[in-house]
Amino acid sequence: MDKKRGVSQTQLDYLQGLKRRQYRITAVQILIFVVFLLLWETAVQLGWIDGFIFSSPSRVLKTFGMMWKDRSIFLHTGITLAETLISFVLVVVAGVSISVVLWYNTELSEILEPYLVVLNSLPKSALAPLLIVWLGANMKSIIVAGISIAIFGTVLNLYTGFREMDPDKVKLIYTLQGRRTDVLSKVILPGTVPLLVSVMKVNIGLCLVGVVIGEFIGARQGLGYLIIYGSQVFKLDWVIMSIVILCLIAMALYGVLGIIERRCRKDG
Amino acid sequence: MKPLLELENVSYAYHSKNGETFALSDISFQVQRGEFIAVVGPSGCGKSTLLSLISGLLRPEGGRILLEGETENTFREKIGYMLQKDHLFEWRTIYRNVVLGLEIQHKLNNESRTRVDKMLMDYGLYRFRSARPSELSGGMRQRAALIRTLALDPELLLLDEPFSALDFQTRLSVCDDVYSILRREKKTAILVTHDLSEAVSMADRIIVLSARPARVKKILRIRFAEQAQTPFERRNMPEFKEYFNLLWKELNEHG
Repeated sequence: MDKKRGVSQTQLDYLQGLKRRQYRITAVQILIFVVFLLLWETAVQLGWIDGFIFSSPSRVLKTFGMMWKDRSIFLHTGITLAETLISFVLVVVAGVSISVVLWYNTELSEILEPYLVVLNSLPKSALAPLLIVWLGANMKSIIVAGISIAIFGTVLNLYTGFREMDPDKVKLIYTLQGRRTDVLSKVILPGTVPLLVSVMKVNIGLCLVGVVIGEFIGARQGLGYLIIYGSQVFKLDWVIMSIVILCLIAMALYGVLGIIERRCRKDG
Repeated sequence: MKPLLELENVSYAYHSKNGETFALSDISFQVQRGEFIAVVGPSGCGKSTLLSLISGLLRPEGGRILLEGETENTFREKIGYMLQKDHLFEWRTIYRNVVLGLEIQHKLNNESRTRVDKMLMDYGLYRFRSARPSELSGGMRQRAALIRTLALDPELLLLDEPFSALDFQTRLSVCDDVYSILRREKKTAILVTHDLSEAVSMADRIIVLSARPARVKKILRIRFAEQAQTPFERRNMPEFKEYFNLLWKELNEHG
């Protein structure tokens, strides 16, 4: 007998059902996580697996606490985060610029296409050792490693998106006596914002991968360095903790882009 | 009086790697100021190509197109072109869509803004200036697209099947709307359509094109009794059926 502005009982039941389903899904998601942690901790405590090699939630926490106290955790996390963000921004700026140039010059894009395809399918981690030799074991080469992983896919995706813009929308600009620059600024760029955001969502993850690979090979700081160093000196607690932090960073960055995406959709 | 638009023996072919397609051959006709011309023909006969040529998006391979006796490039400014779909941009509000042409031509000033505002008010879209295109009905969107074209104050309007994307009921009412708007603004218009009843109900003259490569097969003058003011009223007149049958026969005579 609900009198909520003519909403019927069956509709309310339906909404209730939806809500319950969502709770159930969230509850099981949390449960899986908690059980996993408990099982891991118990297995180490009871000696089923060796805590020295497999670490454990409590050891990870303890390590985290120690590194928090001596501030080293901020250094490593901050370095990795900064490198990732810098390479991400550079990828977006360079990706958009290169795609625009290719869009302006179709002949150039046809000339470069096979190179882009090859570079895009090349496993970029193979380039990292070269970069370290060429540019030195410093932040520069790590940022370049992050860029190298994401840039080619970005250009290919964006350029394809530019080309696939509805030809009638382009024609509309010409019927209004616009020029090619107007097509770019009034149709192509604003029309591909959703594509750009989804490309960015992929890129932020890729940049993180590239940066960690770079840090594996040529860094004295950063989470990638911590992982490699930790595995060499058998401090597996460091390794696992770094992986956990990387997970958190990835989730956070992805979340931020999700918010931007939703805002874009509201505006657009 | 000098005609507004003259086509003299215009021909055009599309070129591609696999050969050339002759779209138009030896097209000649004249359009007087204030006239409403409809162009009909079998599908794929090059009707849209004709509009692209007139608007200057394409250049004729043979013959000449004169607007007010001139072939200058600048004549494009006097031509407004309305495409099949409204192509309102979802990332712009209705108002910003309507002023798109003014924006591109750097003609967005107080005077043009007042004119646009007046048109929005006259044609019932003022309330929706800051709405997104997706919030409007198909008919309203088409009206917005028409205002976008009229905002540039063209002398000649090219309409490329502007109603074909609408459902039948909306089509009839938008047809009436557009017709009365064009009459009120005293515009010359060329409408391309494959809908014979649309052509008969709107046009002063109908140009019938043949199959590709299109030639002018016949030019039919349409006259209705005075009391038939709108396309919808014209559809109910006895002459309507006669003209329709005449056109139908013309188009179905092969060769």
